[in-house]
Amino acid sequence: MPVSDHAVLALETGDTFFGFAFGAEAPGAGEVVFNTSMTGYQEISTDASYRGQIVVMTYPLIDNYGVNPDDVESRRPWIAGLAVRELAPTHSNWRQQSDMQSFLAQHGIPGIQGIDTRALTRTLRIKGHKRGVLRRAPAAVANGLDPFTWIRGQAPSAKAWAAEQVQAARRVLPYSEQRYVAEVTTPDRQVAGPVRWAPWPTPPQRAGSPRIALLDVGVKTNIVRSLVSRGCHVDVLPYGASVHEVEGTDPDGVLVCNGPGDPEQADQAIETVRDLIGRRPLMGVCLGHQILGLAIGATTSRLPYGHRGANQPIKDLDTGRAHITSQNHGFQVDAASIPPGSGFRVSHVNLNDGSVEGLAHDSLPVFSVQYHPEASPGPQDNQYLFDRFLDLVDDNRRS
Amino acid sequence: MPDLSSVLIVGSGPIVIGQAAEFDYAGTQACKAMREEGVRSILINSNPATIMTDEDIADRVYIEPLTVPLIERVIARERPDGLLASMGGQTGLNLAVDLADAGILDKYGVRVLGTPIEAVRDGEDRERFRALMQRIGEPVPQSRIVTSLPEAWDFAQTCGFPLIIRPAYTLGGSGGGVAYHEDEFEAVVSLGLQTSPIRQVLIERSLIGWKEVEYEVMRDGADNCITVCNMENFDPMGVHTGDSIVFAPSQTLSDKEYQMLRSASLKIIRALGVEGGCNIQFGLDPNSFDYFVIEVNPRVSRSSALASKATGYPIARIAAKIALGRRLDDLRNPITQTTSAAFEPALDYVVTKIPRWPFDKFARADRRLGTQMKATGEVMAIERTLEASLNKAVRGMENGGRTLLWEDPEWAGNESAIWWRIEHAHDERLWAVMAALRRGATPDDINRRSGIDRFFLDKMANILATERRLLAEPLTPDLVWHAKRQGFSDAMIASLGDTLPERVRELRESAGMRPTFKMVDTCAAEFDAATPYFWSTYESENEAVTSGEPAAVVLGSGPIRIGQGIEFDYCSVHSAWALENAGRESVLINSNPETVSTDFDTSTRLYFEALDEENVAEVLRNESTNGSAPPIVAQFGGQTAINLAGPLYNAGFQIAGSGVAAIDEAENRDKFDRFLERLGILRPPGATVTRIRDALDVADSLGYPVVARPSYVLGGRAMQVVDDRAELESYIEKVTQPSPEHPVLIDKYLQGREVEVDAICDGRDSLIPGIMEHIERAGVHSGDSFAVYPPVSVTPDEEAVLLDYTQRICAGLRVRGLVNIQYVLFGGQVYVLEVNPRASRTVPFLSKATGVPMVKLATRVMFDATLADLGYEPGLVPSRPLFAVKAPVFSTGKLSGVDTYLGPEMKSTGEVMGVDATFPAALHKAMIASGIDVPASGDLLVSIADRDKSEAAPIVADFADLGFGLLATDGTADYIETHLELPVRRVGKMRSGSPNVEDFIREGRAALVINTLTGRREAIQDGHYMRRAAAETRTPCLTSLDTAQALAAALREARGEFAVQTIDEYRAAPA
Repeated sequence: MPVSDHAVLALETGDTFFGFAFGAEAPGAGEVVFNTSMTGYQEISTDASYRGQIVVMTYPLIDNYGVNPDDVESRRPWIAGLAVRELAPTHSNWRQQSDMQSFLAQHGIPGIQGIDTRALTRTLRIKGHKRGVLRRAPAAVANGLDPFTWIRGQAPSAKAWAAEQVQAARRVLPYSEQRYVAEVTTPDRQVAGPVRWAPWPTPPQRAGSPRIALLDVGVKTNIVRSLVSRGCHVDVLPYGASVHEVEGTDPDGVLVCNGPGDPEQADQAIETVRDLIGRRPLMGVCLGHQILGLAIGATTSRLPYGHRGANQPIKDLDTGRAHITSQNHGFQVDAASIPPGSGFRVSHVNLNDGSVEGLAHDSLPVFSVQYHPEASPGPQDNQYLFDRFLDLVDDNRRS
Repeated sequence: MPDLSSVLIVGSGPIVIGQAAEFDYAGTQACKAMREEGVRSILINSNPATIMTDEDIADRVYIEPLTVPLIERVIARERPDGLLASMGGQTGLNLAVDLADAGILDKYGVRVLGTPIEAVRDGEDRERFRALMQRIGEPVPQSRIVTSLPEAWDFAQTCGFPLIIRPAYTLGGSGGGVAYHEDEFEAVVSLGLQTSPIRQVLIERSLIGWKEVEYEVMRDGADNCITVCNMENFDPMGVHTGDSIVFAPSQTLSDKEYQMLRSASLKIIRALGVEGGCNIQFGLDPNSFDYFVIEVNPRVSRSSALASKATGYPIARIAAKIALGRRLDDLRNPITQTTSAAFEPALDYVVTKIPRWPFDKFARADRRLGTQMKATGEVMAIERTLEASLNKAVRGMENGGRTLLWEDPEWAGNESAIWWRIEHAHDERLWAVMAALRRGATPDDINRRSGIDRFFLDKMANILATERRLLAEPLTPDLVWHAKRQGFSDAMIASLGDTLPERVRELRESAGMRPTFKMVDTCAAEFDAATPYFWSTYESENEAVTSGEPAAVVLGSGPIRIGQGIEFDYCSVHSAWALENAGRESVLINSNPETVSTDFDTSTRLYFEALDEENVAEVLRNESTNGSAPPIVAQFGGQTAINLAGPLYNAGFQIAGSGVAAIDEAENRDKFDRFLERLGILRPPGATVTRIRDALDVADSLGYPVVARPSYVLGGRAMQVVDDRAELESYIEKVTQPSPEHPVLIDKYLQGREVEVDAICDGRDSLIPGIMEHIERAGVHSGDSFAVYPPVSVTPDEEAVLLDYTQRICAGLRVRGLVNIQYVLFGGQVYVLEVNPRASRTVPFLSKATGVPMVKLATRVMFDATLADLGYEPGLVPSRPLFAVKAPVFSTGKLSGVDTYLGPEMKSTGEVMGVDATFPAALHKAMIASGIDVPASGDLLVSIADRDKSEAAPIVADFADLGFGLLATDGTADYIETHLELPVRRVGKMRSGSPNVEDFIREGRAALVINTLTGRREAIQDGHYMRRAAAETRTPCLTSLDTAQALAAALREARGEFAVQTIDEYRAAPA
């Protein structure tokens, strides 16, 4: 059936947003989430943590500076769809080589523009994470409807067809039941190669090239860059790597990275991490933090609509300092569930909603943060956490 | 929290180019913050037209000149624990440095709050700033500080051109410039050296053509840092940021560039040790990651006001709390009230700022834009696309109805005029770009010739594409929708689609196409926000839902311009408060980001919108309950609001208070004449003419001099006193041609004393809070005159007539609300010059001098209260035991090419108030506060027109008597020697070679200049250069003998002896 450029984003709630398609012709389905970052759409698209999610950018103008070969956070874009108010038809930046339209099309990912993304965001904030379907209308449905009529969504044929998409959204496998980590992890163990560091000053170099095992549950390239640019040797291990496989790389420290999905689905990583605690210095980031939480016997739960953006304030309870962080998560470690006597405590909290943003052990070299110290996109203010981790690694090596 | 119980807040003084209403906004926020934190605020500012100087904003209000000796006396009297100077712009910071240097802060144990003095010095002193940046590894352009021309040449030879010259310690980049070639270099450097109070300029490698990006950064005492907003300029480097069109957030920066500059900003604010807000400007290479730090302002600024309004984040308020020792992470975001203040706002819209330049008033000014700021105000627009944001901002400029469709008729067939405006940054560049695109230029062509980023040019090309569709295609709902989503007004669509705006509206409405209103919530809808701060766009969901409670819509006054300044913002704010006090919701509409009126908590609901008929009408429709729109309060928003009253009334909306008929009766010359005739009140004889011949005939029959002006003008635009027939012919030829569409008024010029009355009328009874007498004789625009309350030479009989006339005019026009009446006392008669049934610019001054809450009363009587209900007896309020003098303040030093002589056309940008127990002391204070701070001795340079010489003689003698040495041009010197027999040194006229009168002034050898204008062309030229030299070197230059005489009297009688009291103490009892 021939498709048109008219498209709809339909939520399981029955809310429908009529707009115009870009990217792939294929439909997209998944959980619909919003991100408030005003820059960094390329990094967001290629962040594997968005696997299975249709991302709504709240900033209305997207693709102003196009797409370039450097600002990718993994080998491909992972989002299930992109919803924006306006996709820039032309782009202006000295590094620009491509654009989101062709980048997404090339990877079979659809997008929708022209919709009231603020209304959509408010819907998600009020109603929470919802499943949705993003689909181009068949030519027969779109036929003869001018953009104004289409956007209003009042034409009977369009309404009926959109109602079918709402039904389709209700059939999408719930996010928590998906096992995304296995899909996004590196297929084989790899040694991270040399990296091109971003346009900011080179971070402090570590002596003796510490060996870091990175348990890849959906890693963002900038985590690898952050370690390699400090002089680390980084072994990237696939999800499912056992404690023996991890230790087989003779690591001075282990980093469990970000990734997609419900942390409870990452059972193999939970097990590995549980065994690693106390054996190696350990840092968890985002999903890695939630995995650590589950590994120590705490529980995780869904946030009402998640934290996704480059402006999330947290407080480091050890230093008393506030930091602006880059975040992308829908789950949290439940503070009350941290087992007493485990030696773990909440080290960072979110200044907006008080949720747990970090865990630390009283004596072991183990800590985790819910946010993204590697940023990309987002503020570079939290790069110091990699130094803190490598300090633990150094201390541990010496003792 | 440190132990602080009282804090002295220093305001920024009068509105001048480079320092406008944003500091009233900041200071008011600071006072509110003090109150919230339980700290007593002591405020000093010389500008009465400010909300911050309201007695219910600060705890102790001193309206006094901002000088070190007077501030010291306030400190001695109040013994504040802390000084908060970073809210008062450059003026405030400079005063803080001066107070510290003079040892006054140490002497009284006053701590500088917020940003330490050392940080100020590091940010302001170019050499120290450079050294600091080098220490932390942040790149600064190659530059050198010089204090002399030879040093400057030395650097130029090593660096090459173009070079930027920036004087140290000046505001708005005053006195700076760009030298493209060797032959311009010396002139620019000399001017810079003269303008800098410390005779120091920075010469810097030019980054012309690079992107200009700004960050607004905050830091607290615990070293927590956030960036509130970044902004990208449409104009590449080379144009002062105050004169640049600016978008927020940045548009063409990838996350890598955004974060690179953000990280640099944090590093810089930490290195400076700023505690509060800070603005950092960068130049960014469009072709690499290279950047340079250009400038840092270690205080709240114009940009931070813009960023506050653009994001909703109240920078000044948070900065004030940080200064008191609070931390970002223990403060809540006042917009959401539930989330943390330690966060960075996320925008889900595009903000456009466009400066408002005064070139409509100053036809002879050099309109090219550079490092010296020339704009008086600015307009901001919020929309979902860049095209719509830009279009809306242009609509908000109120520049004679200019939209992006506008072209200068002279551009037809003259492409070079267009390209000249594009290549040289020029205030019409935006329109010139559209014009070039219309003529087939590509965005790449324009980018090559201007450096403007292709992204912005592509957006403008999109606007043009829609323009072409509207010209070519039938107006379908789809096409109109497309155009509305790009910000085209109904009027623009109608003019392109060859129909009427009403037809476009009908088409829209029948298709169900109405604007929706979205909220500014700091967080892109991530959290629930209760802040009623809205803007319009064409989307699907409307968030501005009315409560159904009784409301009224207050029209603001738009961007600040000459003739329509901060006074009207003061009035709008008070009106909104008065409505809420009276149990009515206030809905405020304004487009000016610098103001208190656009603060999210001033009104019940704020709509940040361009003040054009369509936008206002749509807000009114959105505010309607059961199909009925709230009444409109149009008296307080200056001419902007008055001009909207008629069309809105005709469209079926209700105007509160004085009706449209009253406005028309007062503004329509013929109706007004008949009205006065009925009352038996005199006005200067004259007539309205629509033909040249009639103009000359009328003038002949009246007898010269006459006053000529176009009808319906603001701020005396194009008004002129004409001495003879030849001058009238030249006026008609150069200024305005009478025609039936554009009638010209010719009135007899009565050279009498001018008196001004503001009154409040409830439709029957009138309250006159006070009478103000002008120091200068009639013929000088009232906005440019010194004025004194209470009057000093009005007799009881004259006062009785003024009172009687005022009451009868008010009752006759059935005024409900405020009215301003200007009178001239001439030959024993009282004549009415004009009646304006609205708030005038003297309302704040008179409110402060008399203590009568004029706007509050006016607002109440507009909604059916009577003066009696409000507890006021009709008639003249007894005078307070004080004298208050209003003095005008000019910014002409920054506008090259503009003549500074006083006339019927308004030129001042701001005003100050001097208050004291005696008239000479009040006058002297006003003079000092307005910048006429003349030492008790020094040289007076006089150059007087022949017809004024006899009148000038005793004044000159007075100055000689006071100890001034006399310098004079030949004719004047002859007269002084012959008639006064005083020693005088002669100064050559312009054509007599060097050193001539201009050189004398430029070299700072005259402490004061008195120069009167002759009608003769050559002398105008001579005088022009003299007055320019005085303006640019900040040498006081008086062009009215009345002002000169008043100054002499003030110097003689006040002898520098002043009282220092709060304004309510002055009102209560003599010092």
